Amino acid sequence: MMKRLALAMLLLSLAAAGAAMADAVLINAAGATFPYPVYSKWFDVYHEKNQAIQINYASVGSGAGIAQLTNGTVDFGASDMPMNDDQINDFKAKRGVSVLHFPTVLGAAVPTYNVPNVGTDVKFTQKAIAGIYLGTITKWNDPEIANANKGTNLPASDIIVVHRSDGSGTTFIWTDFLSKVSPDWKTKVGSKSSVNWPVGLGGKGNEGVAGLVKQTPGAIGYVELIYAIQNHMSYGEVQNADGKFVKADLAGVTAAASGAAKSMPDDFRVSITNAPGSAAYPISSFTWLLIPAKINDATKRDAIKDFLKWMLNDGQNYNEGLSYAKLPKPVIDKELKAISQIQ
Amino acid sequence: MATASSAIEPAAPIQAGPRSFLSRLTEGDEIAHLITLIFAASILLITALLVYRLWIDSAASRHQFGWHFFYTSTWDPVAGDFGALPFIYGTLVTSLLALIIAVPLGLGAAIFLAELAPRRISDSLAFLIDLLAAVPSVIYGLLGIFILVPLMRTVIAPALRSTLGFLPLFQGPSYGVGMLTAGMVLAIMVVPFIISVSREVLLSVPSDQREAALSLGATRWEATWKVVVPFARTGIFGSVFLALARALGETMAVTMVIGNDPRIAASLFAPGYSIAAVIANEFSEATGTLYVNALIELGLVLFLITFILNGMARILIVMTQQKGMSAT
Repeated sequence: MMKRLALAMLLLSLAAAGAAMADAVLINAAGATFPYPVYSKWFDVYHEKNQAIQINYASVGSGAGIAQLTNGTVDFGASDMPMNDDQINDFKAKRGVSVLHFPTVLGAAVPTYNVPNVGTDVKFTQKAIAGIYLGTITKWNDPEIANANKGTNLPASDIIVVHRSDGSGTTFIWTDFLSKVSPDWKTKVGSKSSVNWPVGLGGKGNEGVAGLVKQTPGAIGYVELIYAIQNHMSYGEVQNADGKFVKADLAGVTAAASGAAKSMPDDFRVSITNAPGSAAYPISSFTWLLIPAKINDATKRDAIKDFLKWMLNDGQNYNEGLSYAKLPKPVIDKELKAISQIQ
Repeated sequence: MATASSAIEPAAPIQAGPRSFLSRLTEGDEIAHLITLIFAASILLITALLVYRLWIDSAASRHQFGWHFFYTSTWDPVAGDFGALPFIYGTLVTSLLALIIAVPLGLGAAIFLAELAPRRISDSLAFLIDLLAAVPSVIYGLLGIFILVPLMRTVIAPALRSTLGFLPLFQGPSYGVGMLTAGMVLAIMVVPFIISVSREVLLSVPSDQREAALSLGATRWEATWKVVVPFARTGIFGSVFLALARALGETMAVTMVIGNDPRIAASLFAPGYSIAAVIANEFSEATGTLYVNALIELGLVLFLITFILNGMARILIVMTQQKGMSAT
């Protein structure tokens, strides 16, 4: 009798375990490193709310994320720059479906510099930043810089340009901005996660650039806004499309996204550098989740769609605690509608 | 002779004839032979697979650029135009600088530790040196950034400019980071290898050699420099090439201090770039077949460089051995 009872209990527990296994949905994703802190927070909180859904994210870099998505080794990808037409065609050819872009959070790049005896609020015109990075402006007291900074005693010393040496979304934002404000930059250099820099030293990562700038008198570099905020670094103001000088903060970055929201294309593949609006910070960008338009596994599809809804509503509240700018309301509304495109 | 053979004879019947395969198998000989053979073959297999993979995955870049890849110096991911020359140059120059600094330093230290220092001091210092060899390279990179880079900009570069400034090698501004800084960090990293291996080799020179030289009236230094060091020559070369191999492939410490700028400049103060550094920097964010293929082809080039330099090293060792033979 006891034996039979034990057997029944064993079978029951096995069945329960089997049911639990069947319910658990494991979703794999890979891509951009820049939004990794907020993504991992989201996936954690979401898993706590929906125990059955587990999303694993590997922060391997945008390029590797796109490659893994295209080869079908992950369920969705993430990238700091939208996929270009070639990449989308490649994806279609290999996977037989299209790919959708969903903006998640916003990032920005800020200019940081080290000029002895000069305060923290140097104003950079768009021409000044382009000229410095093209190598045509070589002294700190160049009229293009000096005229925007009346009252600041800029020295006649050489400008030492510092850029990222590793491929990064920050470099993409920076070069995308330069391509928009300088025709010379657009034709000579262009925009990508790594470019052929006309001048300058390369530092590895935000910390590498920040370290080089800190150590080298006369240096200028660019770092992620989040890195600058978290390390209490000082950085300069940048002239926006309306001609106003804006010191980057989370509100200014969201304002740039709002400015661009009106002309947002339906596939969300949009650059918001140099966006209109007097409060908009001009060197800002979305970062995206890349999701196949057709997901055959129904449980995975529902899980991903549900996560997107949660991310666009509750998830956004976790952004600012981690120094990421929130998406503006019009963009969220547009994305919520786009979720139904996932089939 | 006869008595000796008859003494051995009684044991012979037991060993008579070749043992059967089964007995060799059960006694472990065959199994040991087979297993170690597989292990040895796996080295060849891994190397072959590595080259095969690098070759296949760099196809697009090889077809697009051909030999141009080796002697053009544009590296433009936006336009899709790739040339490896600045990276080859940076890799070779920093490694060469490292050896120029590290070989005299390492050899001198090894001679002191092996020949001149009291054994107790020698052993405890050798322990510390082995510890240095095990320090992760990122730590040397940090050492470079925080100590060597400022020192280079404020002290070493100005001093070199004022004394050797007539050479193009030591002209132009120094930003702290650059080829010379990378070479110095690499030198610090490889010195422990040279000391550690050279010391062991020198210690293993038979003491008859020393005593013979001393008995012929040589001073202690003459015995060391003219007898012991030449005797250990092959091993010392070995330590130098081990150091060179580490310098060629070093990634993290180099990228932290080299300046990461793919340009060829006459000055050693100028920033540069190395093959290993650019692969580590750009691979994870590289998109597009050609770009990724070009980075993989750089890996192939690094493999080729290592291969050629090691081949040259072998030839050098054989040549000096023959010279040594003919001299004696």
